Amino acid sequence: MKDVKSQAGRSAVPGKQGGLNAEIQSRIGHQLRAMYDDVVRQGVPDRFADLIRKLDASDDNPQLGNTGEIKNDGRE
Amino acid sequence: MPLTDSLRDDILASVPSLRAFAISLSGNGDRADDLVQETLLRALANIDSFQPGSNLPAWLFTILRNLFRSDYRKRRREVEDADGSYAKTLKTQPAQNAHLEFEEFRAALEKLPQDQREALILVGASGFSYEDAAAICGCAVGTIKSRVNRARSKLSALLYVDGADDFGPDETVRAVIGGSGG
Repeated sequence: MKDVKSQAGRSAVPGKQGGLNAEIQSRIGHQLRAMYDDVVRQGVPDRFADLIRKLDASDDNPQLGNTGEIKNDGRE
Repeated sequence: MPLTDSLRDDILASVPSLRAFAISLSGNGDRADDLVQETLLRALANIDSFQPGSNLPAWLFTILRNLFRSDYRKRRREVEDADGSYAKTLKTQPAQNAHLEFEEFRAALEKLPQDQREALILVGASGFSYEDAAAICGCAVGTIKSRVNRARSKLSALLYVDGADDFGPDETVRAVIGGSGG
């Protein structure tokens, strides 16, 4: 049996969770997901929906710079 | 493969998690959205290289991650400065409410080495398997595992072991947990 103390004092214990308390681990996991999901819940900002639409429309057109007009409808 | 309607919809559906990943990596909302935009442009420009049936989110995350890393090198000084001043404002304040705790967590996350931070986010928040995360980061699965473990250790030290730069003795951790339970 390894004493827990033998792992102490090292900044990173390879292989194992290094004696990290399970409660801390679960708290970290929870906070990480809370932070992440907070952004995910914001959905897709219009900016990106518009961007994809424009790029899609100008699929045959290599010039993507002109954001003002979309020459999709009426032209083949 | 060509950009079909369903592929386009799938790309759009990935935007929320791409943004979350970008913000977690960069700690900066504006920059994160620029990263996402650049990612979408690259993805659509290179859509032919996407293999049908393969993991679209992983493909998009790979693009974003690589963009961030090349961008990061250019801006490293700026980031470190921001981190330093931000951390200073937090240092003397214990987490007294949820918001502060949240800010503290974010600051701690930004202190992690980039390799560890991205591994932890991909596995712990984005929900990728170790294998997918390894593919996204271009490294071995074992490397991802060890980065995730080190990231967790470091976060524990930063957040839950008072004043410790390194991960301290287990006794300290237990004392913190046991002592401040109430």
